[in-house]
Amino acid sequence: MNTNFDHKNEFGIIFSTVNGSGSATANNTILKAIFNMGITVSGRNIFPSNIQGMPTWYSMRVSEKGYLGRLEKADILVCSNPEVIQKDINRVNPGGILLVDSAIKMPKISNKCCIYKMPIDQILDECKVPTHLRIYLANMVYVGIIAELINIEIDMIKLVLNQHFMNRKNAVDPNMRVVLYSYEWSKSHISCEKRFLLKVPSKKEDRIIVDGNTAAAIGALYGGLQFSAWYPITPATSIAESLNEYIPKLRFDEENGTTTCIVIQAEDELASIGMVMGAGWAGLRSMTSTSGPGLCLMAEFLGLAYYAEVPLVVWDVQRVGPSTGLPTRTSQGDLSFAYSISHGDTNYIILMPANVKECFEFGWRALDIAEKFQTPVIIMSDLELGMNVWVSNKFEYPDTDINRGKVIWEDGLEELISRGINWGRYLDIDKDGIPYRTIPGNMHPKASYFTRGTGHDEYAHYCEDPEEWERNLDRLRLKLDSAKNFVPVPILTREAGNPIGLISYGSSDMAVNEAVDLFDEDGVSIDYMRIRALPLNKTVDEFILKHEKIFVVECNRDGQMKDILAMRYPQYAARLNSISHLDGLSLSATWIMKEINKHL
Amino acid sequence: MDYERNKQTFIRIQIMSNSKFSNIKEFTRQDYLGRPSTLCRGCGHNSISNMIISACYELEIPPEKFVKFSGIGCSSKSAAYFLERSFGFNGLHGRMPSLAEGALFADTSLKGIGISGDGDTANIGLSQFKHIARRNVPLVYIVENNGVYGLTKGQFSATAEKGLKLKRQGENPYLPVDIAMEALAANASFVARSFAGDTKQVKKLIKAAISHEGIAIIDIISPCVTFNNQDYSLHSYSWGKGHEAPLHELEFVPPRDEITIDDFERGTLREVTMHDGSLILFKKLDRDYDPTNRTEAIRMLEEAIRRNWLVTGLIYIDPSTPNIFEMYSLGKKPLNRLPPDKIRPNKDTLEIINRGFRQ
Repeated sequence: MNTNFDHKNEFGIIFSTVNGSGSATANNTILKAIFNMGITVSGRNIFPSNIQGMPTWYSMRVSEKGYLGRLEKADILVCSNPEVIQKDINRVNPGGILLVDSAIKMPKISNKCCIYKMPIDQILDECKVPTHLRIYLANMVYVGIIAELINIEIDMIKLVLNQHFMNRKNAVDPNMRVVLYSYEWSKSHISCEKRFLLKVPSKKEDRIIVDGNTAAAIGALYGGLQFSAWYPITPATSIAESLNEYIPKLRFDEENGTTTCIVIQAEDELASIGMVMGAGWAGLRSMTSTSGPGLCLMAEFLGLAYYAEVPLVVWDVQRVGPSTGLPTRTSQGDLSFAYSISHGDTNYIILMPANVKECFEFGWRALDIAEKFQTPVIIMSDLELGMNVWVSNKFEYPDTDINRGKVIWEDGLEELISRGINWGRYLDIDKDGIPYRTIPGNMHPKASYFTRGTGHDEYAHYCEDPEEWERNLDRLRLKLDSAKNFVPVPILTREAGNPIGLISYGSSDMAVNEAVDLFDEDGVSIDYMRIRALPLNKTVDEFILKHEKIFVVECNRDGQMKDILAMRYPQYAARLNSISHLDGLSLSATWIMKEINKHL
Repeated sequence: MDYERNKQTFIRIQIMSNSKFSNIKEFTRQDYLGRPSTLCRGCGHNSISNMIISACYELEIPPEKFVKFSGIGCSSKSAAYFLERSFGFNGLHGRMPSLAEGALFADTSLKGIGISGDGDTANIGLSQFKHIARRNVPLVYIVENNGVYGLTKGQFSATAEKGLKLKRQGENPYLPVDIAMEALAANASFVARSFAGDTKQVKKLIKAAISHEGIAIIDIISPCVTFNNQDYSLHSYSWGKGHEAPLHELEFVPPRDEITIDDFERGTLREVTMHDGSLILFKKLDRDYDPTNRTEAIRMLEEAIRRNWLVTGLIYIDPSTPNIFEMYSLGKKPLNRLPPDKIRPNKDTLEIINRGFRQ
């Protein structure tokens, strides 16, 4: 058995409750209190597509080493849902602690863990909680017990509750009464050795805790977003809601009482992307946010945007498909679809953030990339990253100025004409595949053009000429390909000349980082590259060239990134091994290790 | 185009581009033309295009101040055949409204003209049609309604009457969608119906629609001479000519003009004052019709449907409904002309944001 020391600041807790019972407040209170103590903590909400009455789990991980990957089992499990008790018992590590609501009838147990029954009703009675508040305060019992078990400072709990209830004494006090009572109960009733403990680090780093969707929205507002249309869908909704929350703070001109960013809830995703495309075409920095089913509806418009060369940004916060699938579970299953969405020969610039800091960064950077290349940029986030809060270093202010690309107004057009250039919307003047773009409101009599999804020549006139069509499509390919030198480069987390290489992207990075370290401990050294964008740039070429055996780790059934790589590098396809699966939960380091070991 | 002349015009436009519209008679009708039409000879859509050109020219609004939108179909192609000096976006089938709605936010001084057809609006695009109406987006929304799909060679659209026969389709078994009725049900603030053969009325309605600062839906029966022009068809020239029943005689008076219409005796007319100061005058015909009464409009349409009347004119108008731009706090300067420092918050603000996520 491990010593106490091993578990200080390295353990996992699962809270198993019924959704709609107010457990979010309790779980959040514990998470924030631990964060405030300066300790790295993460929490995953594994919830049903339902409003009340179905099982929900909150899986919290404390990790001084900074690991954020999902743990498959828990050291402490709190269960207040009788329906799932049998399964939950098996989720407790041997030697762990199981805390069960005393009202639950316990099944037979073979697991070697310490079991304690929490007398929730009795504690609420003794705290004289009024009937109408019982459901809200019941979860505060486990807040108090956990606080005592793992050494959360009570003052921190109080601080978080004060923030949550905005210092409303009549809300904070009853909660604190239950917390303190339960804390004392735990002290006198839980006798097992306390092996999972928090220890305040000597150095407290200046960090933030935020969810990916909020980070994305704020990033976009720093990127000069001017227009967003959206339609409600889990797990993307909170991007638009965050825009609404932060526009008054960040994009409201107090002097004139005017706003510089418009948000519209559209009638469906067809209209969301349509409005966003209209706005992008007319010179507004524009963005929509959606998830798989919505992205499907946007396919036709995205093809138009690709062909008519309209800049816009789509956030795809991925959930589990196909079809309605598992709406509240995470995946990286939209990649192949998004990369070549719509009919005909198309492809898109794809950005893949792996953490909340990148959600913020890609939030503003995507708008620059879209305008520079006059094409849609799709950002592939996921439920895991978007809807859970993560500890992160602070957001950093954009390090480059807003890049509007080749937008020309009256003067710019006049300047081109003065150089003897007969400007056309799709005329490749600079031979880089990117034409100059005028926008409505430009009063120059030669500024206008007729945008269409039908075949057009360099002057945007209707055209069915075979050579003209092919030349235009070839230019689009060239243009998209040249974006590889402008999109975020891959991160070589480790490049030590090992023969084995690992490739991953997006939120799978959390588990992969840990797996690479675990392999190290086993004496197997692996190089690791995280791809952050498509099209693939030359760092990827080099990595694939240098490694004899490569594992591509991702959270989908078919190994979609592996397929994209195999098509891009057919001569090295045999080097690529897919390590992928999808069951609705994010990958864990232990699963990745187990799978890779099969190939070693 | 003669560049020297354009250049002079351009310089003058620059000077006056801050004022909403120019009253200076700088333009000739030529400046409002489009590319040559490739629609069938005799197509109702061509005469509507001509009336758009005339209306815009006569209103003396610079062509650069218009922006055109269309969906897919014969009607939507026609957006290329007028106002070549205006920006235009020929988008997707049934999705013209959403494109227009996003684009018009970029510069609210621009006048949007949307061209759609009966298939584009009443079949595939019914949802976007109804939603742009309820949001009251300032857009002249013209439906060139011929009851038939032309580009795919003659299939029934949702406005085709029950019993209509088409060469390869047989007999239409379904009841039709009435575009004006749908517009009213969706709370549109301007609903009109006309007949492409009645060019005078079409032009006046377009002028009134341009001056309306909200959604302005004009359902124009526009016969398809190739696929649906049988005498008995409700969308044919002969039916329209024989059955058109105007609600009133209509006159549009721009704000700068004095009212000099001899035939109209003021005081015996209904008048509606528009936001920009222009007037729409309604002269009573065989019966009195009040186009500001929504209940009466719905009743009248219901009667027209039952009796197969091709009722034309301004069916309903409410110039006072706030439009979508008034629901947001937009500044005077067009959003698409804001410089980077107006759209990126300064560095200090990010420290406050970070602090908010620190505990």
